[in-house]
This record gives sequence, C-alpha cells and structure tokens, in this order.
Amino acid sequence: MLVARGLSKDYASGDRPLTVLHEVSFEIPRGAYVSIVGPSGSGKTTLLGLLAGLDTPSRGSVLLDGTDFSALGEDQRAALRGEKVGFVFQSFQLIPTLTALENVQVPLELRGDTSPSDAAARARDLLDRVGLHGRSHHFPTQLSGGEQQRVALARAFVNAPRILFADEPTGNLDGSTGARIVELIEELNRERGTTVVLVTHDASLAERTQRTLRLRDGYVIEDTVRVPTAAGSIPTSLPSASA
Amino acid sequence: MSTPGLRPATLFRLAWRESRTARRRLALYMSSIALGVAALVAIDSFAGNVTRSIREQSRALLGGDLQLGARGEMPTVVDTLLDSLATTGVRHARVTSFASMALAERSGNTRLVQVRAVGDGYPFYGTIETQPANQWASAHGDAPVVYVDPSLLVALDAQVGDSLRLGRQMFTIAAALGNVPGDAGITAVIGPRVFVSERWLSAMGLLQFGARAEYEAVLKLTAGNDGTREAADLQRFLRRRIDPRYVDRTDAEAEERDRAAGALGGGERLDDTTAVADTAAQPVAARVRVRTVADTEQDFTEAVAQLADFLSVIGLIALLLGGIGVASGVHAFVVSKIDTVAVLRCLGASSRQVLTLYVLQAGAMGLVGAAAGTLLGVGIQFVLPGAVADVLPLEVAPTLEARAIGTGLAIGVWVALVFALRPLLALRRVSPLQALRRATDEAAVPREWTDPWRLAVDILLVGSIVGLTIARTGSVREGLGVTVAISVAVGVLWVAATLLIRVARRSVRAGWPFALRQGVANLYRPANQTRAVTLALGFGAFLLSTVYLVQSNLLRRFDIAEQASAGNLLFFDVQDDQIDALTSLVTDGGYTVVERTPIVTMRIASVNGVSAQRLMNDTTGNRPRWVFRREYRSSYRDSMSPSEVLVSGTWTADSAARERRRGPNGPYEVSLEEDVANDLMVAIGDTITWDVQGVRVATVLTSTRKVNFARFETNFFAVFAPEALRRAPQQFVLIANVPDPSALARLQRDAVRAYPNVSSLDLSLIRNTIGAIIERVTLAVRFLGVFCLAIGIPVLFSAVAATRRARLREGVLLRTLGASRALVRRVLFAEYAALGVLGAFTGMGLAFGGAWALMHWVFKDTFVPAWGAAAGIIAAMVTLTAGIGLLTSRDVHRETPMAALRDS
Repeated sequence: MLVARGLSKDYASGDRPLTVLHEVSFEIPRGAYVSIVGPSGSGKTTLLGLLAGLDTPSRGSVLLDGTDFSALGEDQRAALRGEKVGFVFQSFQLIPTLTALENVQVPLELRGDTSPSDAAARARDLLDRVGLHGRSHHFPTQLSGGEQQRVALARAFVNAPRILFADEPTGNLDGSTGARIVELIEELNRERGTTVVLVTHDASLAERTQRTLRLRDGYVIEDTVRVPTAAGSIPTSLPSASA
Repeated sequence: MSTPGLRPATLFRLAWRESRTARRRLALYMSSIALGVAALVAIDSFAGNVTRSIREQSRALLGGDLQLGARGEMPTVVDTLLDSLATTGVRHARVTSFASMALAERSGNTRLVQVRAVGDGYPFYGTIETQPANQWASAHGDAPVVYVDPSLLVALDAQVGDSLRLGRQMFTIAAALGNVPGDAGITAVIGPRVFVSERWLSAMGLLQFGARAEYEAVLKLTAGNDGTREAADLQRFLRRRIDPRYVDRTDAEAEERDRAAGALGGGERLDDTTAVADTAAQPVAARVRVRTVADTEQDFTEAVAQLADFLSVIGLIALLLGGIGVASGVHAFVVSKIDTVAVLRCLGASSRQVLTLYVLQAGAMGLVGAAAGTLLGVGIQFVLPGAVADVLPLEVAPTLEARAIGTGLAIGVWVALVFALRPLLALRRVSPLQALRRATDEAAVPREWTDPWRLAVDILLVGSIVGLTIARTGSVREGLGVTVAISVAVGVLWVAATLLIRVARRSVRAGWPFALRQGVANLYRPANQTRAVTLALGFGAFLLSTVYLVQSNLLRRFDIAEQASAGNLLFFDVQDDQIDALTSLVTDGGYTVVERTPIVTMRIASVNGVSAQRLMNDTTGNRPRWVFRREYRSSYRDSMSPSEVLVSGTWTADSAARERRRGPNGPYEVSLEEDVANDLMVAIGDTITWDVQGVRVATVLTSTRKVNFARFETNFFAVFAPEALRRAPQQFVLIANVPDPSALARLQRDAVRAYPNVSSLDLSLIRNTIGAIIERVTLAVRFLGVFCLAIGIPVLFSAVAATRRARLREGVLLRTLGASRALVRRVLFAEYAALGVLGAFTGMGLAFGGAWALMHWVFKDTFVPAWGAAAGIIAAMVTLTAGIGLLTSRDVHRETPMAALRDS
C-alpha cells in the first residue's frame, strides 16, 4: 500500500542544510493500523508530511498504491490525495465558513464525480455514523472539540480513502473524547479496510495499534509489530526498518 | 486520476459558501474603488447629458443659424452683405452689448449694468422668458421699455413698472428676466443684464467715442436651407467677402457650391463682385467672427470634453488609489485564508481550483463595490444640473447614460480584479503542509520574484493603468505622462518607506520607553505594514496637498483686499471735455481724486519698419496674430505706477531728459508690458509705429515692465511718454476716495445725471462680487480636496487591516504577559503615528514638487509654499492614521486574553 524508500528531508539552516529525516525505509500493507511515535523534534510530522504527499523528499521516494508520489507535481499529488487519502489533524482543520455537512462534502465536490444530492446524502450518512445526527447545519465554532474532530473524521472517510493519515488526532481533546475518536477510527478502519497511519506521542494510543515505528533524531530506531488485537490480524512478515 | 474535477456550478457554490464570513470585509476593501467609480460615472454621465443638451439647444445658444460678431463697429461691408442676404430671405437681428450706468428714478440708486440692445426677431430660436410672463412681445413697441435681471431690481430697490434711466433715455421696467437663451445666469453676478430694443440706441446716446461695445448680428436662414452644410457654405462666403485674406482649405469646392443655384435660397444669389472689404486700409481692422451652430456646438462640446477629461483623470487616480486599497485588503484576506487553502490542498484541490475559488469571491465583491460606486455616481449625476445651473447657458435634463454606466462598472470591476489578482496569486503557493505545521504568515505565502504568473499580472497591472489613463486623457502623451507621474509618486513613497524601515532598525535604543521602542520596532519587524500604509497614506496626502497648494497659489493672485488702492470709486468712459467738470464734482464734495488717467485707443501700424499686415501674415515669425489685430488702450505718464516693476531698459521720469534724447523729430519713448513685448518679439531700442485714430506716432521701446493686473489700479500694456499722446483724442478714468457709502452712492447718482455716458464702479462692490465668484471656485477646489481625502480613508483602512491578525496576536500576547490596555494602546499609537508622519511628510514633499510643476509649467506663475495649510494637512493625516490604526485594533481590548488567544 505505502512504500517508503530511503526517505530523507533537509531544511536550509544558515549556511548548512539541516537533515531532519535520515534514509527512512519501510512498507505498510493494505488495511494495516500503524502508529509513528517519537519525542518532539524526532521528525515524525515531517515523515507524515512526506508519506501523505504534502511535501517533497530531499532524497528517496514514496509509493502510494504503486504511484510514486515524489515524482508527481503538486497538482497531481493533490488529485491523488483527493482520490485515495484521508486526513485527520490535531487542530481539526475544518473550514470555518462551511457547515459540518458542507465540510464533509468538500472532498466529493473536489473530485466532481458525485452529484450534489448524492454528495449531501453520503455526507449526512457519515455524520450520522460518527454520531452527529442533527448537527449537520452547525458551523465549527458551534461545535465542541470532540464534535469537530468527528466531523473531520467523517470528512476523511467520505471519499472512501485507501489510506488515512492522522496527526495527533487526540492531541487537543480530553481523555474520554479522545478515546471515542480513536474508537471511531478503529471502527471505520475495520469496516472499510482503510490503512491507518497515525502520528502520536501518546504511548497508550500507540499500544492500540498493530505496529509502531519509533523515531528519534530523524532515524527509525524501532519497528514494533504487536500481537494481533481485536482490530484484526496483520501480516507477520515485515521487513525490518533500518536504524 | 480519472475524476472530472470541480464542476463550475460546484465551484460557484463553494466560492459562495466559503465567502460567508469574508463578504463584509471584502466589501469594505472593494469600497476603496467605489468613490473612483462614482466619480467616473458621474463625470461621464453629466458630460453626456450636457453634450446632448448642447446638440438639442445649440440653435438657441447662438440665437440663430449664424452669428457675426466683432469687438468694435463692424466694417460697412457687413451691412451691405446683410442687406443683400435679406433680399434672399435670410433674416438678421443686431445685438449690441455694452456696459452702462442704470439709474432708478424712484430710489435714486445706480448700478453698472450690461445693456443688450437687440433687433426685432431676436432670438430666432428659443424664447426670452419674463416675469410677469409673455412681456417680451412688447419689446419693440413704441413705448420705451426694458427687461432687467431680478438681481438689478434688488440692487436698485426698484420694481416692475418703475422708471429706469439709461444714458439720456428714460425707460419703464416692463418685466424681470427669466431664462434667456444662450446666457448663463452667472453673468448676472458680474453685471446685471438689461435687455432693450435697438431702436433706442441713439436715444440713449451711450455709444460715444472710445466706448467699448460688442457688436453682433444673428442670422436665420430660410427654411430648407438651414442645414449644417448650407450654414458652413454661407460662413465661408461671408468670411471671404468680409476679409479677402481669409484662406479656406476647401476654397475650390466652396466656390463650386456657392455658384450652385439655391445655395442661398430664393433663386437669387449674391454676385461675386459684391462689395469687398477695403484691403488697402492699414492697420488691421477689428476682426469679424462668423460662427455657425456647428461651431457653437463644437466649442461647447470641446470645452465640456476637456473639463470632463481633466476631472476624469482625478476620478481615475481615485480609482487607482482605490486599487491600492483593494490590493492591501486582499492581501490581508489571503493571509486569513492560508489555513483553509492548506486544508483544501490536502483534500485534493489543485492550485488552479484554489485560485479560481478566491478570484470568484474577489470578482463578486469587486462587482458589489463597482455597483455601489455606479449607483452613487448616478445619484451625483442627477444632482449636478441643479448645482451648476447658473454656470451653464443651457438647461440640462439628466438622463441615464448607459455607456457611462457600463464603462464605469466595467472599469471598476477590472481595476478591482487586476489589483486583487496580485495578492491572490500567492494562494497558489500555499503548501498543504501548512495544515500539519503552520508557518508564520510571511513564510506560508513566500514571495517568488521570478514567478512568471506574478510577472504577467504585474505587466497586466501596469498595462491597465497606462491604457486607462490614455483612454481617459485622449492622448498617448498625456496618458503616459500621468502614468509616469503616478509611478514616480509610488516609487518615491516606496523608497521613503524602505528608508524608514532601515532608519527605524538602526535607531531603536534600549533606553527608550517600552511603548516607543515596541512601536518603532513594529515598523521593521518581519510582518510590518510600513510600505503598504506609506503608499496608501502618502498618495492620498500627495493628491490632497497638491490640490490645496495650487489652490492657495491661484487664490493669492486675487488677493484684492490686501492690495486695495486708496480709491474706492472708479469713473470711466469720461470724455476729454468732461474730465475737469467731473473732477470738480468730486473735489467740491470734499473728496480726494486719487488717480486721473488718460486712455488713448490705438493699433500697431508697423514694427521696425515692417507693416503689421506683413508681420501678421508671416507664418514663420511665431508671433500671435492678436497682438497686431487688437485695439490697444494705452496711457501716458511720467512715472511708473505701484503695480509695475521695471524688467529691462530704463524709465526716464524727467521730461526734459527725454526731450533731449529724442531730439526734434525722433521717436517717442514707450514702455511695454513684458509678455506683450515677448509676443511682439521686440527688444529695447526697437521702433514701433502706432496708428492713433489715423495719426501715425513713431515710438522706440525704452523699457519693459512686469504688471500685476490683479491690483485695482489702471494698468496698461503700453505706456507712452506724455509728449507723445498729450494732444491725441482720449478719454479718462478717474479714481476717487469717498469713505462714506451713502455719499458714494450720491456722487454716483449725480455723475450719472450730469454725464449719462460716464460709468462708475463702487470698488468695494466689485471686490465683494469677485470674492463671491472666487468663493464658488474655492468651493469647487475644496470639494476636490475633500474628495481626495475621502478616497484615502477606505484605502487606509484596507492598508492597516492587512496586518490586523499580527496586530491582534501581538496585542493579546502583551496583555497575557501583563501589559495594561493603556500600554498596548501606546504601542499601537507609536507605530501608527510614525507611519502617519512618514506618509504625510513624504506625500507633502511630493505635493510641493507637483504644485511647483503645475504653477511653473501650467499656470506660469511662481510657487509660494503654503506652510500653514501644509502643517494642517500633515497634522490631519497623522491623526487620521493613528485613529484608524487604533480603531482597527480595538478587538485587542474587546475580549479576555484567553478568549483572544483561543481565537487567534
């Protein structure tokens, strides 16, 4: 599903480049539930950005469903994201001027292959699924943090993505609300077979995933595969990550 | 990637939804262009209305199909021609206009009036309205009646039915004048009009030697032969017959048509051997103007077009300034949309889709701004005819001008879009990574100087400005000139802002109070708004100050009150045999004669031995023809007057010395006003021969003078040594000092009774009248100034709003860290005051340069800086900037720091 080969990322810092990610390589199969953890400054958000095609690697490549992300132009990557990728952000990133329903519809409208009525119907279904029946006409400022994140989840799944990237999805939420969000992610992951890649600094959340890639100073220092949980089984043979 | 992408309908829907919270802000930014659009629509619509009215009323403006006019008695050939034309059915009516004293018998009050003695049939088009109505019918009857301006009734304390004396003739006031075709009501401000039948001209006895009068003859062509072509043919015919030297380019064609039967109607035509003007006479006779309705139309429409062009340049500059406001405001808008754009990019939107989304929003709001401006412009257009009614000689019926409305709307939308496009382009470069990790606003929309799209938009922007100015001015040269001037102003302001940033960075000291240090530091910090605000404010200050500085310089010319001569009562058209008696009349009353000046009329016969005819016909000489055609009213005296300054040569006051230099038969000494000397292209030592009522007087130019014609003293282009003209036929001007107003009125009345041909002016009245006229001009100029200021306000709002987010964030952080509201306000005040000072001073500097250039090149006068006005404008600008800055930042104080931190 997702293959990273020799991924590196440099940033300009004064006269010398600063490398924040060093030759990271791994593969994530379809349907997997993976977490990326590490302390602040370890490069996990940078890695997420590269994997999701939001950024261009300095060296190496990312293949999503067989397509080399890094070889595409920005607009081509955007189109690919619209087709195959879902996002959940720490700060929810809902468009403040759109209602909950309209926010969820945006990915379908951008693709343009669904009629407005069908798009609205699908969005409504997803909002019901995440427990926001009756809130579809509310604006983000009228929703609590947890409700906003549920809208974001519905938006992430509306275009039936192959892979979902979640950046600290519970970072701005209290314990119980965050737990509910995680449950929803896992349910949707099971129902739809979506691959989930989740960046978190929350060890307990990482424990719930099937595999954890641990980063430090831009290197993958640990790649832990866990015993299959109620989330479902995972392939047992995985290439070990380079340190 | 096989999905069809965002559909147009969906794009519009998304753009509409996404604009929900931004509409009011965008509309505010777009209001920057509303005033400019309003000005353009109002000017174009009004000009269109006036032009249409001119076409509809042009015959009434002229009073006939053709008009002959001269500033002196017309040559006899004109009488012959008019009589001949009458036999072919072409009617004519004479109009003689001159100034005279009117005396109301009942009240005894006098006033200088404009007398119009008209022939039967005048006006051939339009009607003279009277109050009571329909009284004009009795104008040419046996009873001597006059029709007067309502203001004259007030001035003389008279009413309809009273007796009014003009010269030696007593009249009855038959009615007050209403609308008179071809006359603007404002002329009554200069001198009230009195209409009378021409049959009473000789009875009045006012047109004596030296009297100034304008002579006209208005013609009405026969029905069916009164078209434009026929009128033009007759015009050419008359011009050639009156002055055979007249050369018409289409002479051969005209000759042919003249010979065609029926060109002049009635089957009878004028013989080519009809009496011709005496070409052998020298010097050049008074020029007879022959004008058709088409000429009148053309003159009026040209004048209207020129005024409209000038005003629309102001409107265009207002629009372009508004564009700067749009650019600043949209920049702020772009910054506020970084997060949304990043999310859209994550969700699959292409850069083109994102750009289209926001261009649609900007375009819609631009349409709103332009539409608001158009509505305002139409409203102004409907108010204008009433506001300028007494300045225009015709009635203007306001109607909607579709072309003006459409053009204004289109230009407004175009300017809004072009200026909005520049900052909007940055949205293409917002990285989706911003959704994950938010960089600062500046880093989120990095500037790429080599971006080809940005370069293309810059070229489009500059090209639009050049194109619009050329279209408005109607001239490539002028359009480019205006564009260059705008560019220079923008460039200077940009450089000034950059310099301030550098100076601010170097000048901040640790020992300064916190508020001052922070405020000045804000001028150069990464997200500073120094350039944008300086540009917006400085340009507005530049426009406003230029208008004020030029206005104060122009008005200085008419500063009459301070230059009052000692005299306050002026008598003129005093004949040679009346001057002594009139002088006694004044002195017997115990009053002082301040000045007694002889006036001799003459024309130029030759210069340095070359006849005036030859010099006038010499096309290589570049001398204006009028210096040879005109009748000079000259004087003679021993000494210079206080209103004169010697420029070159010498002025010899001692008559004995002059006589010695001249010898027995030498030329007399003469002094010329410097501009006339330049036009004649004469230098000290050149000889000029004058024709003084048929007698040749040879003179040598011994000096030139600079004359201040605005002073209330007698001033002359040519002043002779007394021995040259002492025995020439002459009339006099007498200025007396009569302090008591009622004694002054009595003296005027006594003089009019004794000498009906002598006119008198109460100079204080003249000062008040001119003051009233200048007041109107001042109002118009000040309106322009206020308009410029009004443009600046929304532009300034937009410019300041550009970094409102940074302002809020910073202010909230300061409050969180313990700063009081007062301290935060002081920080803001320090920053905005510095911006205001920079913008105002730079704008004022530019204005000084612009005003100097206008005074020097256009008005040909010296520029005197108006320091008081300049200081006032600077203070107002600084206050405005600080006020707007504090106003837009009041949100800092509205909420608790926690709430604001959460929101920001």
